[in-house]
Amino acid sequence: MSKLDSKIPEGPLEQKWEKYKSSVALVNPANKRSLEVIVVGSGLAGASAASSLAEMGYKVKVFCFQDSARRAHSIAAQGGINAAKNYQNDGDSTYRLFYDTIKGGDYRAREANVYRLASVSANIIDQCVAMGVPLAREYGGMLSNRSFGGTQVQRTFYAAGQTGQQLLLGAYSGLQRQVGLGTVEMFARHEMLEVVNIEGKCRGIIARDLISGKLERHFGHAVLLCTGGYGNVFYLSTNAMGSNVTAAWKAHKKGAFFGNPCFTQIHPTCIPVSGDHQSKLTLMSESLRNDGRIWVPKKQGDTRKANEIPEDERDYYLERRYPAFGNLVPRDVASRAAKERCDAGYGVGNSKMAVYLDYKAAIERYGKTQAKKLNISNPTAEQLRVFGKQVVEEKYGNLFEMYEQITGENPYEVPMRIYPAVHYTMGGLWVDYNLMTTVPGLYALGEANFSDHGANRLGASALMQGLADGYFVIPYTIGAYLSKEISVKAISTDHEAFVNAEKDAQAIIDKLFAIKGTKSVDHFHKRLGKIMWDKCGMARNDKGLKEAITEIRALREEFWKDVRVPGTANDFNPELEKAGRVADFIELGELMCMDALNRSESCGGHFREESQTEEGEAMRKDEEFAYVAAWENKGNHTYEMHKEELKFEAIKIAARSYK
Amino acid sequence: MSHGNMNLTLKIWRQKNDKETGKLVTYPVKDISPDMSFLEMFDVLNEELINKGEEPIAFDHDCREGICGMCSMFINGRPHGPKRGVTTCQLHMRSFKNGDTIVVEPWRAAAFPVIKDLTVDRSAFDRIIAKGGFISVNTGNAQDANNIPIPKPDADASFEAAACIGCGACVATCKNSSAMLFVSAKISQLALLPQGRVEATTRVKNMVAQMDEEGFGNCTNTGACEIECPKGISLENIARMNREYFVANIKS
Repeated sequence: MSKLDSKIPEGPLEQKWEKYKSSVALVNPANKRSLEVIVVGSGLAGASAASSLAEMGYKVKVFCFQDSARRAHSIAAQGGINAAKNYQNDGDSTYRLFYDTIKGGDYRAREANVYRLASVSANIIDQCVAMGVPLAREYGGMLSNRSFGGTQVQRTFYAAGQTGQQLLLGAYSGLQRQVGLGTVEMFARHEMLEVVNIEGKCRGIIARDLISGKLERHFGHAVLLCTGGYGNVFYLSTNAMGSNVTAAWKAHKKGAFFGNPCFTQIHPTCIPVSGDHQSKLTLMSESLRNDGRIWVPKKQGDTRKANEIPEDERDYYLERRYPAFGNLVPRDVASRAAKERCDAGYGVGNSKMAVYLDYKAAIERYGKTQAKKLNISNPTAEQLRVFGKQVVEEKYGNLFEMYEQITGENPYEVPMRIYPAVHYTMGGLWVDYNLMTTVPGLYALGEANFSDHGANRLGASALMQGLADGYFVIPYTIGAYLSKEISVKAISTDHEAFVNAEKDAQAIIDKLFAIKGTKSVDHFHKRLGKIMWDKCGMARNDKGLKEAITEIRALREEFWKDVRVPGTANDFNPELEKAGRVADFIELGELMCMDALNRSESCGGHFREESQTEEGEAMRKDEEFAYVAAWENKGNHTYEMHKEELKFEAIKIAARSYK
Repeated sequence: MSHGNMNLTLKIWRQKNDKETGKLVTYPVKDISPDMSFLEMFDVLNEELINKGEEPIAFDHDCREGICGMCSMFINGRPHGPKRGVTTCQLHMRSFKNGDTIVVEPWRAAAFPVIKDLTVDRSAFDRIIAKGGFISVNTGNAQDANNIPIPKPDADASFEAAACIGCGACVATCKNSSAMLFVSAKISQLALLPQGRVEATTRVKNMVAQMDEEGFGNCTNTGACEIECPKGISLENIARMNREYFVANIKS
């Protein structure tokens, strides 16, 4: 029998969550006051979970490695947040959002979780607006929507190109309110280095105070990991420099299975790499594909400037290949199509590893609409351009500025150059319907878990999931566990399990300093990133993945012999922080390649070259691979895979077509 | 490893911790590419220092796309350097000339003590927000979002104030180390929305009281904060906060 019990409630799909909510065990207010919950990470999932649980009466401790909870990387999300509000009267519904998410995820997500996500999505918008999040509005005072990839309705709410910032600052304000009330204790500049399990249940963490360097022990009746994704395993990604897998990986080594680690999202619209000094990649929001048109020259190796290439010599390849969705195909499809054109020699820019994202047509179109609004009957071409620019600036101004800042080119005048980059990881800690990992009392929320996006996440769904998990799911599901823990008194952190976990964390730090090698942490991180990008990136194959595994193992050996960590442990030491994180990324990288090797089908962001149609479209193998691969860490770099079969009851599993 | 052809002299503030005194230390850097960001130039320097067996320079940074507000370098006497509307991570070396000498210091304000080198402690901002930078609505209490129509100009003005990233450049550049721009941005964001009016009186009083307690100075309307703010937060917000504060004190 499988070790995995997804604990999906019985009953018809649309009634599961309602029934669950009305039957789940509750914890009375007096008991909540003596139950302690640890939340690691303060992004959308962490901040919303922490504030909600504190409001309910639990004693909450929150940890983040940044200097303030407000800096978590959710802040960088640009485009928007989906919700099935149907404010546009365009036929949206909970079912459609559910359907789009399952289809967008290429039928590799769990139906019950996704339906729940879709059904709470509308509450998120209500909650955020009530908290003062200034989402974009129309002149009538109502909320505005835009469309996003992989859907045919307008259900995306936004705040210019800073939606993540506004939502995160909203969640942060709720969190700070609880800090002020004394119900949340905040530990900024702290990094979780171990989970502490006692008698098979998670009971706390070991965290390092990043300023003093001291290791601390913290008890909790339950621990929530809201620690985001692991895209930085590729070194170059759109993630923040500090984003890491350490918390999730330490949990994995202490019994939490890792689900679908190879499912990585490569985002199609990022600013291309400019040189070997590059430390991170910058995303240009997917919302730009709403109005921008993507093209390359029809001629291979065309050296003309973009504006010199006439209309009929341009290949709008997404519109050509996918007429129904055009430039708004899902991210995985758009990314692969860009790679295909560049690999075939049609790329643009100095590196030839880029395609154009062009706003000329949009500026003209908006110019005409605006002229009509202003009652100008015979506008000049210049007027149209100015009006059009104004509209585009209002919608995307900050993104255009950012592009100009980084590249030194003005995107109102010349098309932007874009190329895919690692952006999000659909894989993560395996969780059941309660968001609990395979370790009782240890939960994973938001990007840190694997549950809702299958093999590919749709745009504007990450913010939705983070806040759904934190505001509307965990407050209910944690009760199912904590209601049975009410008689458990806070365990002393002198317990041997805490002592041993602290020793384990200390041993790794001591080991890193003892090496006194010759190469910096970044040196190893860059090499790991190159292996991963070349062999476990946008296209993967059997041979490459096997090579990657061998190379990563060798890199791991070399790291532990030759890394140089300067400074001391009892000090503010960013190099030490990085070293610990890179050590974990190296181990994760190997598991990702193993998972990618095992899954010899193409699905979503995971493209196996061996499994494609004659037209080069991804080919799923549902008979063999309609399951979640949940990897158990058996110690000493060995892993055992467990399968959670995916059952599709509400949706008929079908080839995914955007044509 | 060669990157480009700019050679620069950096004078960087080094300080072991909050107890010891610091000093400017000179570092030459070579072969810098104009396409590098200012922080990538620091990565190159740190890599060199590590290879030489020296301790790298500690500096705060995270998203490197100008939104998290973590990076905080005082460059040639200006927070986030010479360009307007950008954070340090968005500043590119093409904004400097080959041969330049660049002085880099941490944010300087009594309320932002130095932790190490260029890293400072900005937790005072969190404590101010905890005193009132929110709307007291518990999860699950909300009505339908479109039940509160908000005129677009108000929503837009609120959004503009909400664009603050809490980096502290306003404090760093102010001769009084005033946090009025930061505090007023949050107060404005919420004061402009009907949802935020309910607690407007207590909010402004509590936040201003905490701001004073943290040791930030007062505002003398020099306007340096607005000039140096990477997100263009307007001085109007300070005027609005003063008005809110005045009204709040008359009311009670």
